[in-house]
Amino acid sequence: MHLNDEETAMLAGELGDVPRTAIRHQIAVGDFFGARDFVPVTQAHIMADTESLGQAGVQWLEQLADARTGSRTVRIPTITDPRGTDFAKPGVVGQAEWMLHLEQRAIDAFVRLGVSMTDTCINYQTVLAATRGEHVAFGDTGVVIYSNSVCGARSNFEGGPSALSAGLTGRTPRYGFHLDEHRQATLRVRVDWTPRTLNEWGALGGVVGKLAGNYWQVPLVEGLEGAPTSDELKHFGAAMASFGSVALFHLAGITPEAFHPADVGAERLPVSHRVGESDVRDLIRHYAGESRVDVVVFSAPQLSLYEMRQVAELCEGRRFKVPLLAVTSPQVKPDSDRFGYTRAIEAAGGTVMSGMCFYQSYAREIAEAKGWKYLATNSAKLVNILGGYGYVPRLASMQECIDAAEKGEL
Amino acid sequence: MAELVLQARHAMGRKVTGEALVASDGFSARYDLNRLEGVFSRPSHKLAGLSYVDRILVLDTAKGGVASAWMLHEMRSRNMVPLAIVFNTVNTILVQGAALGDVTMMAGFEGDVTSLVPHGARVEVDPEARTLRVLDASGAPVPAAVPRHGETPGQARPVHGPRRP
Repeated sequence: MHLNDEETAMLAGELGDVPRTAIRHQIAVGDFFGARDFVPVTQAHIMADTESLGQAGVQWLEQLADARTGSRTVRIPTITDPRGTDFAKPGVVGQAEWMLHLEQRAIDAFVRLGVSMTDTCINYQTVLAATRGEHVAFGDTGVVIYSNSVCGARSNFEGGPSALSAGLTGRTPRYGFHLDEHRQATLRVRVDWTPRTLNEWGALGGVVGKLAGNYWQVPLVEGLEGAPTSDELKHFGAAMASFGSVALFHLAGITPEAFHPADVGAERLPVSHRVGESDVRDLIRHYAGESRVDVVVFSAPQLSLYEMRQVAELCEGRRFKVPLLAVTSPQVKPDSDRFGYTRAIEAAGGTVMSGMCFYQSYAREIAEAKGWKYLATNSAKLVNILGGYGYVPRLASMQECIDAAEKGEL
Repeated sequence: MAELVLQARHAMGRKVTGEALVASDGFSARYDLNRLEGVFSRPSHKLAGLSYVDRILVLDTAKGGVASAWMLHEMRSRNMVPLAIVFNTVNTILVQGAALGDVTMMAGFEGDVTSLVPHGARVEVDPEARTLRVLDASGAPVPAAVPRHGETPGQARPVHGPRRP
């Protein structure tokens, strides 16, 4: 990679051990992908729950934070994805003391590195959305796909170590979705049915993600009626990223880079796939099995204020037989409290949690501690993830999930 | 049989030699693995039940979320890590994870690498030359969930800290 004077100084250790560690990591990644140089970034977003980090990852962070010489804090606004716990309610999900201790060590290290603990995977709804053409270094695949596709920003999937490195150096290797050539559509999908509920939007995203199949595919989707809401696109994108590792999609006439589909090369692409309601129903049916429900979870992504409002309205007058968890961000939670949504959900027997995400919170240990196996959710992303953690997840609408919490079955 | 040497477009890490676990399937450390026991745990994965420890994984593509970027490093810290991971197509996360976790990685071949390399074959992955060499294709069937490092499945050292009694 070509390095400018500042980057050369960083690599030589002239700015300290922390920037040197960061830029060495970035160069290794950039070399792999053939990046010619670095591009400055304006924001970084770090996914770093301790289930993923383990003791080794936390020690790595502490080692950086303990540096005595040179610069050791981030140069640009750098924020965090959900933590692995809600410190106010760990008992609700049966979390042990050692999990909280490890989380606290990670938080302490991040704070010393200058990171702002926003603990959210919906920063584009709650903190600061990136703008068209803005180069950023975001972690959490749902954040990246939304920012790239809906906002027109430019980011690769930046795992925790790379996102933190970008925060520390203020740049990232210029490859992948920072480059115009990778943002052109590579497959054209014709949809003849428009989803109505969030689980259907997620399922459609999952179908398109499976068709795309890998990170470098960029689907152009045509045929949707009307303009989807932010929450609908949140579920659509998060599921597409989860099922297909996709980081960028275009919606013809809707998303900013495909307002004219020819701008993303659509005139050269024949329609390769047609997707209808039956495809979406098939994906939902794939997760249908036992009627028993042990727990209902709304999470992945965290709920927006409007989703919290919907859940609260559906909880009115109910009494739940099985636990229901509604997981939101620390930015939304105070408004949910002020507007009475939290009270309505918890009066029915549910629990509102914030600053965490269910699958990033030791999901396997939660299952063991609470005896939960059959889980209902309206998140297509969550059902895709939880199979590997030993759950039998079911995908249903928000209304059906809340009915299931009341009856203990779906 | 003539020696098979495949050329890759992308590579990083050290030269390694070992037994190949091959499947036309994806890979995500979070979605697909029981990292405590060192086995593929997603029931629908084509390598479900097999130990990945000290094996060379030959798979179609990187899947899932960003957690793998930390998880390879964590797996390396307990010596419960593959020798190398080889993909047809890789995403950025697995490369970032390989860089932090010191795991050899290779991707981008002419043809489908999961069809070209026999399951169970002994192979050499040389990142400097960007080559994958099939040394012995006779490949005995790979046993399921082989214990490594003197451990048996279920007795691996904890990832995070003390587990519940």
